Amino acid sequence: MRIRVGHLYPEYLNIYADRGNIAVLARRAALRGHELEVSPIGLGDAVEPGAHDLLYVGGGQDREQALVAPDLEEKGEAVRAAVDGGAALLAVCGGYQLLGRGYRGRDGSFMPGAGLFPHETVAGDTRMIGDVLLECELTPGSRQQLAGFENHAGRTVLDDGAEPLGRVVYGFGNDGRSGREGCRVARAVGTYLHGPLLPRNPWLADWLLAQALAHATGAHPPALEPLPDDLEREAFRVSASRARDRGGRG
Amino acid sequence: MGLRLGLETLAARGVGALSRAAGRGGGTTLPGKLLWKIDPAAVDALAARLPAGVALVSGTNGKTTTTAMAARVLGRDHRLAWNRAGANLLSGIASALVAANGAELGLLEVDEAALPEAIERTRPRAVLLTNLFRDQLDRYGELEVVAERWRGAVERLPDETVLVVNADDPVVADLADGRDRAVRFGLDDVRHARPSLQHAADSKYCLRCGAPYVYEAAYVGHLGDYRCDACGHARPQLDVTAVDIDHVGMHGSRFRVVSGHGEIEVDLALPGLYNVYNALAASALALALDTPPASVAGGLEGFSAAFGRFERIPAGGKRIVMLLVKNPAGANEALRTLETGVPPVLVIALNDAIADGRDVSWIWDVDFEPILPHVERVVASGDRAAELGLRLVYGGLATDRLEVVPGLEAALDRGLELVEAGTELVVLPTYTAMLALRGVLAERGLVRPYWERTT
Repeated sequence: MRIRVGHLYPEYLNIYADRGNIAVLARRAALRGHELEVSPIGLGDAVEPGAHDLLYVGGGQDREQALVAPDLEEKGEAVRAAVDGGAALLAVCGGYQLLGRGYRGRDGSFMPGAGLFPHETVAGDTRMIGDVLLECELTPGSRQQLAGFENHAGRTVLDDGAEPLGRVVYGFGNDGRSGREGCRVARAVGTYLHGPLLPRNPWLADWLLAQALAHATGAHPPALEPLPDDLEREAFRVSASRARDRGGRG
Repeated sequence: MGLRLGLETLAARGVGALSRAAGRGGGTTLPGKLLWKIDPAAVDALAARLPAGVALVSGTNGKTTTTAMAARVLGRDHRLAWNRAGANLLSGIASALVAANGAELGLLEVDEAALPEAIERTRPRAVLLTNLFRDQLDRYGELEVVAERWRGAVERLPDETVLVVNADDPVVADLADGRDRAVRFGLDDVRHARPSLQHAADSKYCLRCGAPYVYEAAYVGHLGDYRCDACGHARPQLDVTAVDIDHVGMHGSRFRVVSGHGEIEVDLALPGLYNVYNALAASALALALDTPPASVAGGLEGFSAAFGRFERIPAGGKRIVMLLVKNPAGANEALRTLETGVPPVLVIALNDAIADGRDVSWIWDVDFEPILPHVERVVASGDRAAELGLRLVYGGLATDRLEVVPGLEAALDRGLELVEAGTELVVLPTYTAMLALRGVLAERGLVRPYWERTT
């Protein structure tokens, strides 16, 4: 099966090795006999709802993020329609912020976002940097852990009733206070965790692939054949232990 | 020297000797740390005493090598206060100034984040800025944060200070924009241009208007001959230029440095185009400090390697070649030098201590892909060996060609076992992995500890 991936602004948003996430999706799809077809979506290119099974938005440096922000705001309606139509989406760090309602700078300025995730980000005066461990339950009854690295000055506050990606076990998370990290809307997840995120958290890569396949086929997300994942497990173990070593939250 | 400063430096020197005697490592920063703690202003006073002034060198990549090259050149005519082991924070600078009794010229490598304070305290005669790449985002923050701090520091430079900048780096070149006392260096040899910008290139967008730069030639990462078609912003006129660059490979290169001071033929025993940049930067600095061109050529001629940067170490009928890797741009250039003859065995060691960067995501921005089909075996080592192994497997390395050996000494021995007698083992370590591996080699008597090294 062909899985159509739309990679938003790969030329601009690539600071935390976002191509690692794409490489993981591609290889894990291929090992199950599927093919990932990745097309870049740049400034001025239209997002056509339904044309992609999975959308990916990475993180960028402030300067690059500012260059794409107005364009992504314009694409907001199409991105929301795509997710409403069952497309999967992964947004990391800057991409996660830009897909919220907006970003409030320290000077009080407001930069509107794409409005997919029900959150607002406020600039902070210190950066929240370090290894993070989360506990997630994307499928009810199935608890999983995610290990990654966060580095952000923005404090992202979820609306009441919004669903986080996970609960912070160690690290700062969205805002350093709420104990919540990331956000989930239907098959879309956003997070501050990079590292990159997917190599050491293969279960999330498989979850995204299954959601994308569900969009492609119109059926339920399929169960994917397990892979050995020895190195993945070891990389997760070390990363999680780094988060644990830093002790409690923050 | 005032009495107080005299006593403080005397005490600090004593600590350095004690620290070495106690076998606690080089003692390269301990005396400086002490002095820095009891009297930070002593740095100002020590720097002010140097009759030929102070030259500072900063930038993301190549500063230790560039400073070592400049030391070879400038050391011919001056006694130097030089932080040779790369201890480049203010405490390390204090140590170099304390240790160099009777020095005439300060030649100081400075950490990017420490540059503003180093400028403030040493009131340098010349400042050399080499390049800015994304590097250890967890530690330095984004490239733009460092650039902004540099802009502030450069604005406060005394008018008489010469600012030597790499014109091939848009952000660095811009720092000298409109400055009278400035020297701009760069490369001109399109034969060595990359077909396209690297995956993770920085500073791709025009500083003035945000449109993408068009490159006449991109040499290393985003360094090259750039132009913005939208607003016309472009690489400035070069004052010191490397041309006719030949034989770029693992074993060195030859090129000419052209400037208003005449031409210099350089025969360099270090690999890769990035070392051409380092040698060019060192030349531009030396020329700015009124060094005769013949001395520049002579100094660079015999240069072999800076601490941990491309050292060839004999080990029981085999040789170990260490190439320090610490960020995507530097690692890409190290790998690029291997492309001309990919070694059958590679040991790559990834640590994640503070000095390496705790965030290891940068390895995914390194272009390992072109060499992976040609290596027979990769030993992945260091504290994050598994993460590195994953990177290589997702980059196309067959799992049966990968060995994950987290222990550095064990990985080194495994690598040596895998290469044939009379050949070289190429080792690519991050900073603390390099220090630990050198420690192992020093214990075996194969290298001297760094504080005993002469140039």
